[in-house]
Amino acid sequence: MSKAKGAIVVDKEKCKGCEVCITACPHQVIGMTSTVNAKGYRVASMVLPEACTGCTNCALVCPDGVISVYRLKAASVA
Amino acid sequence: MESIDVSMDINEIIKPENLVYKKSSLFEEKPFSYCPGCGHGTIQRTLMEVVEEMGITEDVVGVAPVGCSVTMYEFLDIDMLQAPHGRAAAAATGLKRVLPDKYVFSYQGDGDFAAIGTGESIHTCNRGENILVIFVNNGIYGMTGGQMAPTSLINMKTSTTPYGRKQEQMGSPLKITELIAQLPGTYYVSRHAVHTPAGVRKLKKAIIKSFELQKENKGLCFIEVVSNCNSGWKMTPVKSNQWMEENMFPFYPLGDIKVDGKLVK
Amino acid sequence: MGEIKLMKGNEAIAEAAIRVGCDAYFGYPITPQSEVMEYLAAEKPEERTGMVLLQAESEIGAINMIFGAASAGKKVMTSSSSPGISLMQECISYIAGAELPCVIVNVVRGGPGLGTIQPSQADYFQSVKGGGHGDYRLLVLAPDSVQEMSDHVKLGFDLAFKYRNPVMIQSDGVIGQMMEKVEFFDPIPRSTEIQPWATLGRKGMRKKNVITSLDLDPYQNEMHNHFLQEKYRKMEMDEVRFEEYNCEGKLDYLIVAYGCSARVSKKVIEYAKNEKGLNIGLLRPITLFPFPKLQIEKLSKNVKAILSVEMSAGQMIEDIKLTVGKGVRVEHYGRYGGVVHNPEDVWNGFKEIFLNE
Repeated sequence: MSKAKGAIVVDKEKCKGCEVCITACPHQVIGMTSTVNAKGYRVASMVLPEACTGCTNCALVCPDGVISVYRLKAASVA
Repeated sequence: MESIDVSMDINEIIKPENLVYKKSSLFEEKPFSYCPGCGHGTIQRTLMEVVEEMGITEDVVGVAPVGCSVTMYEFLDIDMLQAPHGRAAAAATGLKRVLPDKYVFSYQGDGDFAAIGTGESIHTCNRGENILVIFVNNGIYGMTGGQMAPTSLINMKTSTTPYGRKQEQMGSPLKITELIAQLPGTYYVSRHAVHTPAGVRKLKKAIIKSFELQKENKGLCFIEVVSNCNSGWKMTPVKSNQWMEENMFPFYPLGDIKVDGKLVK
Repeated sequence: MGEIKLMKGNEAIAEAAIRVGCDAYFGYPITPQSEVMEYLAAEKPEERTGMVLLQAESEIGAINMIFGAASAGKKVMTSSSSPGISLMQECISYIAGAELPCVIVNVVRGGPGLGTIQPSQADYFQSVKGGGHGDYRLLVLAPDSVQEMSDHVKLGFDLAFKYRNPVMIQSDGVIGQMMEKVEFFDPIPRSTEIQPWATLGRKGMRKKNVITSLDLDPYQNEMHNHFLQEKYRKMEMDEVRFEEYNCEGKLDYLIVAYGCSARVSKKVIEYAKNEKGLNIGLLRPITLFPFPKLQIEKLSKNVKAILSVEMSAGQMIEDIKLTVGKGVRVEHYGRYGGVVHNPEDVWNGFKEIFLNE
């Protein structure tokens, strides 16, 4: 069964670096940036993008709703 | 099926047609005022997803409490009113009684609902008002800087119990949800948490169910969300979620307490 | 000619509420005004007009139900008495801050504390100077008859919606409990008008409405306060109401009194004319706020002195002194704490104060 292919987009300026999404991701895709946003928070980002399946776990638990999730439809993968 | 070419450009994936999740449009641009990792944001995000998906934006009115979520009406793009501390349930009663065909919810914290507002809370539940009460229990007064709440656990350190809450002095944590579940007026009573994806999915179902029951005038629907308070508990968000699992859940067990008017726990 | 009935003041308030098209009444029992809710319950308003009637768990519950229902732009009313009105003060301040229209009836009883269930007028400060926190004002109407108890419900709602402000009907145990003839206005159907500011759900996905009295930004809150003060100045210009009794011609003395004290004073005027040939005029404020300053100032010219007759230790007297200043002697007479002064009391008091008898 081919693994679904996903990706997340983080609204960098609204992320508060709480890291709750990291523990929610089943594939350790997310890590914190070394740089900080305007508010001084490290921001969530894909450190292992290829492992992302677009399962939306991270987005569901994000208290500020800064994560948008994309998933490649199986057809377009073939 | 060979595995996907790893070097496929991310931009291929993040195309509009591939979008599977985005924050509800029922939010203002203004970012939440809540501390990083606070459950209030997750709960309100889930609530707005339900309002949007059920298509009830034109018929829903919310009542904000006094507490960390006092300015929730600045973030949520729906009609709301802000009630005096502890009185949101009474305000929601008055609102629903004159707008019987609208969806009404009150959103209250533990201080608001179970301390100063206990009288209004119990009698609103006892009358079986056809509203949804979302009760956020983080065992502390967040907005005012971390004081003890009625739901603070024994030995829990807060700014007004710096040496831990002592039962002899301040009594034991108040299980208000189990209390109101005994009242015939409550129809659906359930306790949730939003620190995990599964928890968020369950909360969403519970809110949808509550609004549907409200439409059928079944009585009061009550959802407690056990939540974290990073600044009050003086922990990181991830640590506070762990602490919540280890300490809050044993005393406030998750799950349905009353379904279709009958106690299940 | 409207329908005429013989009724208690409290009952007239209730009947007027149904007739004015009130959408909801939330209340709590307290002597001496429980008849308001009892009458409403007996009348089954939900059948007469669809009006909601709900007894709350406390006055705090009741006034916060008012807050919720008023946010929907509906005509809502509550009634209570002194201790109950004290419990309502926090929310009344919210209602004023959030600019919600409603009518609150206070049938005043003797205080302080549990005091007594007998009549009094000692809540003047609380109602007129703002009993809750912050700079705000209630528009306060003071009926002196069962007729005005009915009329002021209609007037009260008109003013409440005109200014988006809470209106208080400041009665007392006498007016509430006594029975008198009252001619009722014809019933007004409940309004279907949608208030543009009301929280009803975003109809047609219009911009959201929010009812709040909160503004964490002090500069914005200051601006909001200035706006509220503007409103109160406008009330002072346009909404002053009073009755002048026997004020034509040269006056020896002026009595300022409202509610049942005004009725007692009318008898005193008779005694003064017959016994002493004195010409005393009465200025009866019908609105306690806005206070009839200009009228009192005008009438205070060339009188020997002014007597403030109030069933309290003397509260309205301060506003009279503020109005007339040092040039005019102003004194107070009143039985209080729950004792109702009769005309003889007041006349003897008058003679003692002014005629050293």
